[in-house]
Amino acid sequence: MADSPATPERITGAQALIRALEHENVDLIFGYPGGCILPAYDPLMDSPIRHVLVRHEQGAGHAAEGYAHVSGKPGVAMVTSGPAATNLVTPLMDAFMDSIPMVAITGQVPTAAIGTDAFQECDTVGITRSCTKHNELVMSADEIPMAIRQAFHIATTGRPGPTLVDIPKDALTNEMEWYWPTDEEVQASLPGYRPNTKGHPRMIKEAAKLILASERPIVYAGGGILKARAAEALRELVELIDAHVVTTLMARGAFPDEHPLCLGMPGMHGNATAITAMQQSDLLITLGARFDDRITGKVDAFAPEAKIIHVDIDPAEQGKVRRPDVPIVGDANYVILEIIREIKELLQGGTRQADTSAWKSKISGWQEQFPMAYEPSEPGGPLKPQYCIEQLNKYAPKGTIVASGVGQHQMYTSQYWKFNDPYTWVNSGGLGTMGFSIPAAIGAKAAMPDRTVWAVDGDGCFQMTATELVTATLEKLPIKVALLNNSFLGMVRQWQEMFYDERYSSVFLDSANVPNFVMMAESMGCVGILVESPEEVGPAIQRANSINDRTVVVEFRTDATEGVFPMVPPGTSNSDLILHPTQSDPTRALQPEPKPIDTKLKDVH
Amino acid sequence: MAQTSDVSGARSANTSSANMNHHILSVLVQNRPGVLARVAGLFARRGYNIFSLAVAPAEEEGRSRITIVVDLDSAPLEQITKQLFKLIDVIKISELDPSRSVERELLLATVKASGPKLADVSTLAEIFEGKIIAVVEDFVTVSLEGHPDKLDDFEDLLGRHGIVELQRTGRVALPKLDRSSRHRSAH
Repeated sequence: MADSPATPERITGAQALIRALEHENVDLIFGYPGGCILPAYDPLMDSPIRHVLVRHEQGAGHAAEGYAHVSGKPGVAMVTSGPAATNLVTPLMDAFMDSIPMVAITGQVPTAAIGTDAFQECDTVGITRSCTKHNELVMSADEIPMAIRQAFHIATTGRPGPTLVDIPKDALTNEMEWYWPTDEEVQASLPGYRPNTKGHPRMIKEAAKLILASERPIVYAGGGILKARAAEALRELVELIDAHVVTTLMARGAFPDEHPLCLGMPGMHGNATAITAMQQSDLLITLGARFDDRITGKVDAFAPEAKIIHVDIDPAEQGKVRRPDVPIVGDANYVILEIIREIKELLQGGTRQADTSAWKSKISGWQEQFPMAYEPSEPGGPLKPQYCIEQLNKYAPKGTIVASGVGQHQMYTSQYWKFNDPYTWVNSGGLGTMGFSIPAAIGAKAAMPDRTVWAVDGDGCFQMTATELVTATLEKLPIKVALLNNSFLGMVRQWQEMFYDERYSSVFLDSANVPNFVMMAESMGCVGILVESPEEVGPAIQRANSINDRTVVVEFRTDATEGVFPMVPPGTSNSDLILHPTQSDPTRALQPEPKPIDTKLKDVH
Repeated sequence: MAQTSDVSGARSANTSSANMNHHILSVLVQNRPGVLARVAGLFARRGYNIFSLAVAPAEEEGRSRITIVVDLDSAPLEQITKQLFKLIDVIKISELDPSRSVERELLLATVKASGPKLADVSTLAEIFEGKIIAVVEDFVTVSLEGHPDKLDDFEDLLGRHGIVELQRTGRVALPKLDRSSRHRSAH
């Protein structure tokens, strides 16, 4: 008889699905079973793949994102059809905005029932078309291995992003002949997908020349550095050209905050030096960043004298917001290394780098003049959230991963935590998804079980996804939650204070009264700790750090009147930033020359 | 396309397909379920306006060609093509400059006409090299194939007789053979 390879092995679509995931080196799935995906959950029992059972499908999606954020591997979420699939929409969009590799697998009603408004039917591929990099409805068991291979290939190459494979129940139960498509077959099946990873050599030369000629260079590092695993290359480039770096919200940790050339975060709530240095630079060396509105402020007034080098793997980012002088489409790591090579060649050939010393002394002047500042708590007064973050950072074991929700606490964390290692910061940047931190922290913990994972949350965010603390407890993924409770939707409150005449509409959550967060935490198997005064902060954090077999929730009662500063008001120029009220109004000193301020805030969003 | 001066003078400005802000994209795609929804969804989501759209299988099996006339007032062409090209099913995009491409469109119109009016419509169709497809008591259906500008003119003149129903296919286009048009492809 024929050799074994010639003997087709007949297995079910469900078995093929799980085997395909194993072939893609999936070690962990976050999911929730239900009607149409049921067949896939049976062979999963016999697979080495671990399944983390969440409490809400949104949690599965965010956990998959957190897993991908810290590991670089695609996160996998598997849920059933209908409401389960729609519950995945938010994490899919979140992953799409932040270029997180993620593969979602959804059950679908049997092929014969599609289009009949069957029980738990929804048009999953239609609904998720605009929040995935690609999605596919598989119509037969045979198609499953190729669909899974394509989904992983597309999610992890080029600009990473979420993909979704929708599988009808009969495609899971029917038999097929097992096969595993080759790389060539996958390539051939996707004739329109050829991401360009190598930058154009002429453009790379051009970039090297511009960099050496610049007197006021700033490296504008974005999340693409982390996606391309280019932190080391970035550091080499920065030290070679001795230029300052700003790290965007998505790039915190891509360059060490402790490095003397690091200016920290730019943008709406960036620090004054990072914002002003970008604003006054003559060359923005943009690496894996996309000129987001939260970075540029009013685009017409953004870095008016700067030439732009724009390195991005997505050609559509080139010129979308700001026209680059040197566009380079390619993988950030590859392109940075090439730029380094070119610069070294130019230097060896006798080219001399322009004198940047005046610029650098200007920058250090700003750093001295405009440090990050807040007023310490008054005796007996409420806690300052910034202080809580500083203390969390102070006591954090080496390699601690921090995840955050969205709002003031997110900005405080990005501002006051010193990030010195890549892949230690997990947050929702583009979509701004409240409730992101707890499930994302669980995903991060699952990927890195030996690391301490802190979720920094607000009282608004916490109430959106705290139910996943049950998952953390039962799946033995002990995270730590720092809940900054100021009883308000803090960021919205701040905007109402600043832009709506202090008319506070629907922002008071009353969460010092209801719910009782400590009881809530304990009811879910966690340790709950309440902190109300500054002297309790350090000991509470140390206690939390010493508990490693249970999830800990530390609730800090913080000052509701505290705002996030500096702030570039929406729709205004980065030259019009507002410093913390305690810093006497020296904003004008940051401007190159006095300019009339546009007091009318247009497009407040 | 040659046009007599009296015919072109009758063109109405707002429905003209010769609008200078229109540009033609010829998009080669994988002929798979949902591909049209992906393209249309992208235009809707990013706020790009489609003036007309024509889709049909292309020369190679498993491929379709979509001819999209885009309104460049809504977005720069570069962004539209770059975003379009991010769709996995899009294989190749050719940007066709109207002056360097051949364009065709088909028009079907039913007009209320009988007696002497029928003769007028018939003459009009003859001048434009169109065809009378069907005639019943009070109605006549005509067809005209040609350059979209010619169809505009024909539609205007026909409109004076009272168009009951009108269907145009939207334009299809290919690069002119004498000059090469710009291509953007995956390779």
